[in-house]
Amino acid sequence: MRNVLPVLTVVAAIFVIWYVGAVALNATWAQDNAARAGGGELSFTELVADTLSQDKPKLPAPHQVALEIWETTVEKNITSRRSLIYHSWITMSATLMGFVLGTGLGIALAIGIVYNRTMDMSVMPWVITSQTIPILAIAPMIIVVLNAIGITGLLPKAVISMYLSFFPVVVGMVKGLRSPDRMQLDQMKTWHATGNQEFWKLRFPSSMPYLFTSLKVGMAASLVGAIVGELPTGAVAGLGARLLAGSYYGQTVQIWSALIMAAVLAACLVGIIGLTQRLVLKRMGMA
Amino acid sequence: MGWVVFGICVWLVGWLTNVWLARQPKSQTTSLAVPVIFGVTLILIWESVVRGLGISPVLLPPPSVIAERFSQSSEILWVDFVQTVIKGALSGYVIGCGAAFVIAVAVDRFPFLQRGVLPVGNFVAALPIIGMAPIMVMWFGFDWQSKAAVVVVMVFFPMLVNTVQGLQASDAMQRDLMRTYAAGYWKTLLKLRLPSAMPFVFNGLKIASTLALIGAIVAEFFGSPVRGMGFRISTSVGQLALDLVWAEIVVAAIAGSAFYGGVALLERAVTFWHPSQRG
Repeated sequence: MRNVLPVLTVVAAIFVIWYVGAVALNATWAQDNAARAGGGELSFTELVADTLSQDKPKLPAPHQVALEIWETTVEKNITSRRSLIYHSWITMSATLMGFVLGTGLGIALAIGIVYNRTMDMSVMPWVITSQTIPILAIAPMIIVVLNAIGITGLLPKAVISMYLSFFPVVVGMVKGLRSPDRMQLDQMKTWHATGNQEFWKLRFPSSMPYLFTSLKVGMAASLVGAIVGELPTGAVAGLGARLLAGSYYGQTVQIWSALIMAAVLAACLVGIIGLTQRLVLKRMGMA
Repeated sequence: MGWVVFGICVWLVGWLTNVWLARQPKSQTTSLAVPVIFGVTLILIWESVVRGLGISPVLLPPPSVIAERFSQSSEILWVDFVQTVIKGALSGYVIGCGAAFVIAVAVDRFPFLQRGVLPVGNFVAALPIIGMAPIMVMWFGFDWQSKAAVVVVMVFFPMLVNTVQGLQASDAMQRDLMRTYAAGYWKTLLKLRLPSAMPFVFNGLKIASTLALIGAIVAEFFGSPVRGMGFRISTSVGQLALDLVWAEIVVAAIAGSAFYGGVALLERAVTFWHPSQRG
């Protein structure tokens, strides 16, 4: 709780910088317009008023973005193609699908790596190397190739999300499943525990903190994957499409509102995982 | 049919060799040989499956075609590499990490700010910042400057959070010792706190190295001059020239690994005293 005041200060500072930036960046346009209208130099108050209410500003002011978000979420029908909720829903469904697939695959691979020495030695170095590679670059290719063999819609985007959320889960789960120490494993042996029991009663529970940490990273990565996956198909639907359409037509307010929506979505999804983490770990007596 | 049989044979031989090698006592040779054999096996299976099943090169070109394309169009690849990696990613990386480092040191002087910056920074680092790309392209134009700007924004927060955390890493005892030596703020910073922050700083630098390449490539999807890896990938996909796309991906993979490896080497040289490096 003692962090509330400092955090609020930093957030307030960000908003101040944003407003000042909006005035500074939009000033040239406002002055040019005034000069063209023959009004001469604008006074300071006029300048501020103009820069914060332009139609296509270089940097829209926070209240303009907030107004746009309000208009496109609350005042529009959810099924309308102009509703941000509709676009967020499309992006979120791809994100969640990719996240679930990626997490499942990641956990399965991690179990394989922990229990099979050959797999550990041959696959693990590649998993680590693959994290240094800008995987997102292949997103357009995955979309086009999957389209070519007749898979369209949600799945191609989910595949990209899966690919991105899969690596953090593997690395985290391998660490987590290996976190019980020798002593605990020996204790299970003295209790004559089977391999199954050892896994479900010792290894899996003790990997939970690692799992949740990597789930958070994976979810954030998954959302990025879904947004980037929406770019190459052209501006059809989804938050990424809103970004692309906005950049085509110079609709800066639209870009910023999509961006803020994406940020809110990320915060909600990661927040849900954080909440689950707290509940689960509390039930297990680990937090 | 022959190719498919060949692929199955390669798979069996590769797997059995690795099983055998994994049973041997662990040494440097085996732990290097096993992943290499795995990788080579994978490439050979890819080649034989694509040839054996007659998969169209428009969907998935075999590795040999990609390698051929790679050597043929080295000129294009080099131009794209310079445009995206050197001009876009590297300059943005240096500016972004440098700025984050300086600001972290400044923030560190005020505990109040520090407590505010850490949660906000952690939050922002989880956001899809890549979405800033169209805005940066609008502000800084199509050339590499806008890509560098995207990279700056992307690497800034992970680097900031890690450096701020690192500067808190030295413990009270060590700081007290510096006080008894009558060391001032700057002396303590240079001789104790910055060195002990280095493992955290390098963690941030490593995360940022992957982000930088991703940022530079994806930003090119939103508009770029007629060169650059992101531009080449998106246009070649449109022309169904997938061998060139794969060649670009090979370049991206090599550049990414080399970048990360370079930072890791530097880390080993700077933080040689840290337990994780002495292994």
